[in-house]
Formats: sequence, C-alpha cells, structure tokens
Amino acid sequence: MKYLSIDQCDAYYGKLKVLDCVSLDIEKGDVLSLIGPSGSGKSTLLRVLVGLNKPAAGRILLEGEEIDYQNKRSLKKARDRFAIVFQQYNLFQNMTALKNVTIAPVKIQRRPKKEVEAEAVELLKKVGLGEKLKSYPDELSGGQQQRVAIARALALKPEILLLDEVTSALDPELINEVLDTIRLLTQETRTMIIVSHEMGFVREVSSKVAFMDAGCILEVGEPRLIMENPDTDRAREFMTKILHH
Amino acid sequence: MWDRVAEELPRFFTYYNVVFFLKAMFTTFLLSLIGCVLGSILGGLLAVIKITKSKLLWPLRAVALVYVEFFRRIPFLVTLLLIFFFFQAFGLEVSVFTVALVSVWVIATAFIAEIVRSGLEAVPTPQWEAAEVMNFNLLQTLATVILPQAWKVILPPAFSFFVLFIKDTALASQIGVVELTYSAKVLNNKGFSAALAFGVVLLLYYILSYPLAKFGAWMEMKLEISKYRSM
Repeated sequence: MKYLSIDQCDAYYGKLKVLDCVSLDIEKGDVLSLIGPSGSGKSTLLRVLVGLNKPAAGRILLEGEEIDYQNKRSLKKARDRFAIVFQQYNLFQNMTALKNVTIAPVKIQRRPKKEVEAEAVELLKKVGLGEKLKSYPDELSGGQQQRVAIARALALKPEILLLDEVTSALDPELINEVLDTIRLLTQETRTMIIVSHEMGFVREVSSKVAFMDAGCILEVGEPRLIMENPDTDRAREFMTKILHH
Repeated sequence: MWDRVAEELPRFFTYYNVVFFLKAMFTTFLLSLIGCVLGSILGGLLAVIKITKSKLLWPLRAVALVYVEFFRRIPFLVTLLLIFFFFQAFGLEVSVFTVALVSVWVIATAFIAEIVRSGLEAVPTPQWEAAEVMNFNLLQTLATVILPQAWKVILPPAFSFFVLFIKDTALASQIGVVELTYSAKVLNNKGFSAALAFGVVLLLYYILSYPLAKFGAWMEMKLEISKYRSM
C-alpha cells in the first residue's frame, strides 16, 4: 500500500484544464520535488491535495483511504494531516508572529495553550526568529514572514508538509535563509512535497523529483536522473534552459 | 425677520414646548439607535450569508440578495408607506412609531449588509484559504481572521451611514410619528416662524449626530492602534 497516492486526477480553473490525469505515488518520508515551467500545474496539485481546488476526476488516497473532497468530515480529517506553506506566506495580518503560530493548535486542535506557546517559541527560534515573537507580519521582511509561515505549518504537527514555491516571492538575498530552514526540516524524517524553481536546492534535498508540463507529470525519478538525463524532450529542453540561464 | 424671531423667543421656549422638543428628539434618537443596532445585527448576518459558498445555502443567498437589492433601490418613503399599508392590510393594530421602527430596521439592514459585505470581501482571499486549510470553520475564520481585518474597512462607511440615517428618520413624520422634523412642523403651524422652529430642530439634529461621528472617528483610531499593540 502506498502512503499517499494520487490516481488519475483532473482539475480545472473554470474551463481551463490545469491537471490532466495526474498520477503520483509518495512513500512515507519522501521529499518529493515538483519541477517544471510556470503554469504546468505544480501549485495546483498542492492546492488539490489540501482541497483548495477540488479534483474533477480521479482519486487521492492517504494510507489506502480515499479522501472525499466533497465530504466535510473526510476533508477535515485529511487537512489535519497536511500543512501547506504558500508562496505569498499568507500570514494572518492581524496577529503577531507568535499568535500566527499558536492560533490553530490552540483554537482548532484544542491543545493546551501553555504547551503550544512553549513549542511555538521553540519553533520560531528554530527558524531564527526568536527575537520577533511580538512582531506583526507587516513589520517583518519577506524572508522572515515566510519563516514564520513555516513555523506555523510545523506547529500543526503535519505528517505531510507542502511547500508551494516558498522562495519565489523573495529577494535573492533572502532566499537562502528560507532554504536553510527547509534544509533543516528535510533532515527530520517527514514527508514533504516541494514546488520549487531552485534547481540546485531541489537536487540537494529531494529523494524524488517529478517533472510537470501542461498539467501532466511527464517523468518521476531520482533527482540526478530527471535533472541530468531526462527521457522526454520537453524535460530535456526545460533543464537546458533553466541550467543555462 | 430677526426681530420677529427675537419677539417670539420668550413664547417659544415654554416648558411645554421644551418637553415637546425633547420627547421628539428622544423619538428620533430611538428610531436611529434601534434601526442601526438591529440593522447591524441582521445586516451583518445577511452579509455573511452572501459571502458563503456552500451549495446548500443558495436559497438563503438568494433571499439575502433579493432583500438587499430591493430595499436599497426603493426610496425610504416608499418603504415606509409599504410597511404602513402592509400592517393595515393584515389588520394589525400597531402604532405609527412601530411602523417607523420596522421601516428603519428594514432599510438599515439592507444598507449595512452591503457595507459589511464589501468590508469582508476587502480581506484578501489567501487569508481565507490559510484559515481553511488549517480547518477553521466559517465562524472561526470570521471571528479570528477576517473581521479583525475588515473593521477598518467597514467602520468609516458604517458611521457615515449612521449619521445620514439619523436625518433620514425625519421621513417618519410623513406617517405622523412625532419626531424632530414633525415637532418643528407642529410649532411652525402654531404660528412660530419657520426660522425659529426649524433652526432649533437643526441644532438638535446636530447634537444627536455630532457625538456619533466623533465616536466613529474614535473607534477607527482605536482599531488602527490596536493593530500594533495589546493583542
């Protein structure tokens, strides 16, 4: 039985088909990176997993159990096991960094406030923001906000962490501080799906890489294989372009 | 004209007239206050219904949409008369004050619903999404994430509506509710000059609306500050 199995999923934005019969298996502990040109459906795939876009066809199974995205209870149960970090951080603007991290564990997961706060402080220290607990999002730089967002996701204790182009909105100088944080996470055994354009980073941290184009997964395999010696022309073309820019 | 006003003054400010004005002022105050408070409650509810996405709730959304569009598009006076004749048609014996009260409630609800809706929609969608994927339900999302960010957008137009609304309650005089405008008409008809009767009423309207506008400005300031402190 596969840990997470995406089975022939389609998804649409209005009439535009953005995922076309996507199938993908992920083992527990995998760090899978999705690469490919913009608009190829990488982010959509993550959004489909957490139910922000509903799959129009196909099935998604978590430990053999199908997630029914139309059913509130089933979706809720699945969302308890995922956490997603967005490209634009999406921190709650009305809350401090600490509150952003503690709000869901305390209010939604109903865990004791003291315990959660202590953990949140540790998490924020871990991402290098021990000094910024009381800062509001608009008082933080992009890189700092993104690290708070990562801490917020981790506080939920997710089994599967989804990272959606977490460095794309950042200044080049700030990218590394976020990548360093993620590097730390990949050393713990946690299942992660990463959408990224940072090829060097992808190659370094991933156990598997999937190449997407026009809503389809064209290739899946070891990073070295996919990135150096892809089978399809489309992937080869993409790699050549991105490695020589 | 001024010597006529000066001559009328001692006769004008009799105990009876002062009480008459104060009572009328209280009626205007009650109509405005109850209209705004009840209107805010129901209007807020309609706004929340309007922004829901669930397929099951579409009949509620349709009702909210029709209600808001209808009552925002017809004049206050027409609404007032509609409700007046509605009560009559069903043979319900209610005071004109009740009719006016129901009318202001109905109207305030429609306008406030739109003000709140636009405020809620001013909060970017990703804030909703971030809450949704963390399993916040609708009420939790509204209470902890959306409303704290939407107040800034809702309050200024809401208070300017409240202030306008105090003056709009004058239309209740058309069905015989003794509120401020009506009281001026009565005294004018009794022979006092219009300048004096309506001048006093003008002042009393100002006394009602000025503190409200001030209160609105104070609330906006307080919310602006609390964003950075005390949370």
